[in-house]
Amino acid sequence: MSDIWEGLRAAAWLLISFDADLWEITLRSLRVTLTALLIACVIAMPLGALLVLRRFWARRFVIALLNSLMGLPPVVVGLIVYLMLSRSGPFGVLNLLFTPTAMVIAQVIIITPLIASITHQALRELWSEYHDLLISLNTSIFQRVRTLLWDGRRTLLTAALAGFGRAIGEVGAIMVVGGNIDNATRVLTTAIALETGKGDFAMALGLGMVLIGLAVTVNLAIHWLTGTERAGRW
Amino acid sequence: MKRSIFASLAAVFLAAPAFADDMKLAVTTSFHNSGLSDILLPALTEDTGIEVQLLVVGTGQALRLGEAGDVDAILVHSRAAEEAFVEAGYSTARREIMYNDFILVGPLADPAQAGQATSIRDALWAISGGTAPFVSRGDDSGTHKRELNLWDTAGMNPVNADWYRATGSGMGAALNTAAGMGAYILTDRASWLNFGNKDGLMVIFEGDEALFNQYAYLKVSPELHDHVQAMTAARLEAWLVSDRAAELIDGYEIDGQKLFTFNAVR
Repeated sequence: MSDIWEGLRAAAWLLISFDADLWEITLRSLRVTLTALLIACVIAMPLGALLVLRRFWARRFVIALLNSLMGLPPVVVGLIVYLMLSRSGPFGVLNLLFTPTAMVIAQVIIITPLIASITHQALRELWSEYHDLLISLNTSIFQRVRTLLWDGRRTLLTAALAGFGRAIGEVGAIMVVGGNIDNATRVLTTAIALETGKGDFAMALGLGMVLIGLAVTVNLAIHWLTGTERAGRW
Repeated sequence: MKRSIFASLAAVFLAAPAFADDMKLAVTTSFHNSGLSDILLPALTEDTGIEVQLLVVGTGQALRLGEAGDVDAILVHSRAAEEAFVEAGYSTARREIMYNDFILVGPLADPAQAGQATSIRDALWAISGGTAPFVSRGDDSGTHKRELNLWDTAGMNPVNADWYRATGSGMGAALNTAAGMGAYILTDRASWLNFGNKDGLMVIFEGDEALFNQYAYLKVSPELHDHVQAMTAARLEAWLVSDRAAELIDGYEIDGQKLFTFNAVR
C-alpha cells in the first residue's frame, strides 16, 4: 500500500518539477502513437468499409483473419518487425532499426486489425439502413465508402480511440524494435518496464500515472476537437 | 485555439532527432543496473565527442544483435559465448575491461543455512535440500550461464526440481520475483546494491573465487557488416582502457562499497 502512495507522490513530483526527461519521453510516446494511429486509420477505415460493401470470395476469410489478428501478441509483432528491419534482414539497408520509425511500423501492424474490425462491425449496421437509398441513387463505390465513413464518424472515433489505447500502453513490440535507448527511443511504457526492473516501484508507478493522465487528456482533447457530446451534434 | 493546438501537434511530429558521431552499444542489464554507465558515458562524450546509444538486453540477445550487425559493439560477461563469437568471425578480438563479482542472495531467515557454507559449492548443496525455492534468470544471459555453470561444477542438475524456478526475465525482474517468493537467487553485486526492493532479502554468500565476473568489450567486425561504425567503436575501446576510464571504474562506489575493478591489459 505504501508503494502506491509513493507512486502518487513520485508522479506529482515529476509533474510539478517539470522534469525535462519526462517531457521528452512523454512527447515521444505521443508522437509515435499518434503517427501510428493516423497511418492505421487511413488503412483500416476504408478497408473496414470495403469489407461491408464488397462481396468477394475471400471476404469471410479476411474478416475472420482481422478478428483473429486483434489478439496478436505485441512481442511477436516486435520480433517479426525486428527480423525484417535487422541489418541481416530484407529491409536492413533502410537503417530503421532502433528508431521511432520502427516503433511506428510495429504499432501500425498491431492496431490496424483492431480498427478495421471495429469499423467493419459498426458500418455493417449503418449499411443495412443506407443500402436501398445508396443503391437507388446509383452511387459509385467511392461515394458509398465516403458516405458510410462520414455518417459513421462517431463510432469510428471509438475505433480510433481503442487503437490509441492499445498503442499507447504497448511495451512488448516497441521494446524489441526500439531498444529503449535513452534520448532516442525511450517512451513511457519502456521506461516503466526499466524502472520496474530496477526495483524502483515508486518511479515506475509515477510514470504509470503520467501515462494514464496522458491517455485521458488525449481522449478528452479528441472529443473536444471533434465536437462530440455536445447539444445538437453527434 | 484549435489552430494553435494543431500547430503544436505538427511541431511534435516534425521534430526529427539528428545524430552525429554516435554508435550503438549493446550492454547487459546487470551492467546497466549498476549505474556505472551513467558515470562513464557523460565522461566519454566530454573527452571524445562520441554519443553512445545503449541497448540494454541480456547477453544472449546482445550477442545476437552483434551477429546481425544491428549494433557496433557489445559489452558482456560470458567468456565461453564471447570466445565463440570471436571464433565465428563476428568480432576480431575480445578485450577484457573490468570485473565485479556474483553473490548469492536469499531470505533473511536463511532456511537452507546456506550462509554457513565455506564455498559456493557447499552453499548450492545446502539450497538443493529444497527448503526454499531458488529463482533462476532462465534467459540465457551471462548471469544465467554462470549460474548453470556453478550448478554443473557442484555436480548437480536442478533444472527439473520443483524448488527451481526459471523465470526467463532480467536481473531486476528476477530479484523482484525472489523477494516475492522468499527465494534464493544468484545476482551480481552491482545489481544488488542498486536494487530498490530488497525487502526480506539479504546477501547469503559471497567471496568465492568461482564468483568472479569478467566484463569484456567486443567490436563487431566490419568484415561481415561494412556499415558498422568500426572507427568509433575502436575509439570507444581506446577510451575504455585509458587512465581516465580506469579511474572512474575503480572509483565507482555505492553505499561505500567498491563495485568494479579495472583489469584491462594495456
